[in-house]
Amino acid sequence: MNSTKRHKQRKVLLMGKSGAGKSSMRSIVFSNYVAKDVRRLGATIDVEHSNIKFMGNLMLNLWDCGGQDGFVDNYLTSQRTYVFGSVAVLIFVFDIESREFAADVVSYSNIIRALSENSPSAKVFCLIHKMDLVQSRLRAQLFEERAAYIKSASEGFAETVEFFATSIWDQSLYKAWTQIIYQLIPNAGAIESLLNELAEIIDARELILYERTTCLMVTHVTRVAETSNPFIDRFERISSILKTHKQSMARHTGIPAGSANFASLQIKTGRFMFFITRLTENTNLAASIPASEQVFNSARVNIMLVRPKFAELDIAAKTRPAIQQAFAHSADSEGAPSRERERERERERKGDVFGDENGNGSYRGKGKEREVHAFGGEFED
Amino acid sequence: MEDLHHAETPATDIPPRFHTGRLPNSKSGDGKPRLLLMGQRRSGKSSISSVVFHKLAPSETLYLETTTHIKKESMHSFMDFQVWDFPGHLDYFDPIIDTENIFQEIGALIWVIDAQDEYLDAIQRLNTTILNLHHTYPTINVEVFVHKVDGLSDDYKSDTFRDISQRVQDELADHGYDNAPVSFYSTSIYDHSIFEAFSKVIQKLIPQLPALENLLNNLCQTCRVEKAYLFDIMSKIYIATDTSPTDIASYEVCSDYIDTVIDISEIYGWDRPAEDGSAELLETGNDDAESLVVFERKGSHYLYLREINKYLALVCIMNDEGPGEKKALLDYDVRRFQEGLKEMFPRTDRDVPPTEGAASGQPSG
Repeated sequence: MNSTKRHKQRKVLLMGKSGAGKSSMRSIVFSNYVAKDVRRLGATIDVEHSNIKFMGNLMLNLWDCGGQDGFVDNYLTSQRTYVFGSVAVLIFVFDIESREFAADVVSYSNIIRALSENSPSAKVFCLIHKMDLVQSRLRAQLFEERAAYIKSASEGFAETVEFFATSIWDQSLYKAWTQIIYQLIPNAGAIESLLNELAEIIDARELILYERTTCLMVTHVTRVAETSNPFIDRFERISSILKTHKQSMARHTGIPAGSANFASLQIKTGRFMFFITRLTENTNLAASIPASEQVFNSARVNIMLVRPKFAELDIAAKTRPAIQQAFAHSADSEGAPSRERERERERERKGDVFGDENGNGSYRGKGKEREVHAFGGEFED
Repeated sequence: MEDLHHAETPATDIPPRFHTGRLPNSKSGDGKPRLLLMGQRRSGKSSISSVVFHKLAPSETLYLETTTHIKKESMHSFMDFQVWDFPGHLDYFDPIIDTENIFQEIGALIWVIDAQDEYLDAIQRLNTTILNLHHTYPTINVEVFVHKVDGLSDDYKSDTFRDISQRVQDELADHGYDNAPVSFYSTSIYDHSIFEAFSKVIQKLIPQLPALENLLNNLCQTCRVEKAYLFDIMSKIYIATDTSPTDIASYEVCSDYIDTVIDISEIYGWDRPAEDGSAELLETGNDDAESLVVFERKGSHYLYLREINKYLALVCIMNDEGPGEKKALLDYDVRRFQEGLKEMFPRTDRDVPPTEGAASGQPSG
């Protein structure tokens, strides 16, 4: 097993007409741009590749494809198999203000055709973008109309294509991207069941697992007391709040936005307690719990103890055992065994908290199985 | 005019034990300082009051209508004050306007000048106003906002600012009024500068300010806090800070942090059905929200927020290794601070039931 295969590379195509807002969107979600700064971006020439590490085991290979006609012709002809081969997700951005909507859809169906030839199993998302430019009372209707029209042109993908109304000026962008990312996470099921168990143990009302650089939610668990929370858009709101906070910190302290992360945040009030803490290398866990110091403290301890468990799901955390061992031996022969013992102790403590070793074992098995499965299919090419 | 009846009711019928922001030239029984927003038309007066006091998004101010009559608004916060927004075209010294009524109990006159426009006329009018007031109401603070500076380059901004303040002072001196009590601020509604300017204006109206600053200084010393701000939560104006040098960056950090906390609290602080409440509610003593952010990097700042009462929140910036062990000390000291504040502003007693149980109710471990 080669180390490069441990990373799950997922190819994501970002397409749409020139000026539709593809690069703006990408900069805001992945590069910590502030919405008003995106006007500095120039036109994308050809394809801009970016590799985004998401959750350790998931590597997004984002192809931001310049939307000018000349480039699009190229993608569809000489680069057809290169561009459209082994695509996991296609994100097609429509500009709601576009004067030639019909022409956009023609171009869209050409791309869809190329996609179905080369990667029929891909998932398609259509973002109807710049919704802020439409009067708010007309938005819903216009969105429905456009979505229905695009759907009819989606051919083989008509059943699975999903539509989102987005704008870079509000949290709708996070809503769409959260859904997209969720599609790409290989072991979402395993993460969710583990989170569920954790929520049960610490008596949390809600747990939200999010990726720390993008602030995009990976998944969430909501228990009885919180299911009737009137803010159904709270997940994307939280993404947006945290992103804003991160940007404000970066701006005022002079730290680059990429590394202006907090180690922990806590809010205690008479009605609820809320905290965010690091869970794995690149995810944070936000928890909303009942307003009680006891619950709060025990929740923090339990989350600390459960970290290695989640790290196992994150394959990157146990990177390349061979190389790591080699280093450990050469650098300090003393350190390795003690670390081993530490881990042993950790496992014991974990046992105490969860009580049920067997249950844990079965999770681990499930998670791995899924991943192996997915690997087999992905790296044939 | 309808919103005035609120403003006319005295804050409380019990005479305050301590001075609650009453001004030397205000009528007895009405302890509400008045802020007058004046300036040329289209200089941005209504935008300022909407952004600062009504939380309107700055971009939305484009759609505000021209103000045609004096808009009086009463603010209920840690101390009550009124904001009067004047239409720009009014001539206040027209005999039909009751100047006495307008200027009698004014706390501060805020004169807004559009820095992107031709400002000589505005300065002319400002000076006439100052000279007129100078004789009758010499104690009025005149605060000049050099406004809309967001559209100017940095160099041009400071040039304009200097030019305006120079012209005003010179002309006043020419008329024999030296060292006029006029302060200048460069402001914009698109960043935090307008809030900072308002903070400074309001601070001048708080007689207890030196005592507040002393309290904050003590807190900073005992807990090794780098910078502490006492915020009015609603408007995000800070009513006091410790006396160490203030820079706008630290104010912005704290102000944005309040936003973060409020936004999250809004999401999870909804009214839950009582079914799961009974057992939980008994346990908590702290109804005042508190929050703490620790940053990842070693030696970088961390932030602490504590709700002091319905209107005020204390935000501290600390620059230290891990807050863990100091947190308890900080909690204790902040509670002392809270008590001190209660004595200083007796009206908080009226609004917030005393939380005696709070101090002992919190588990120590």
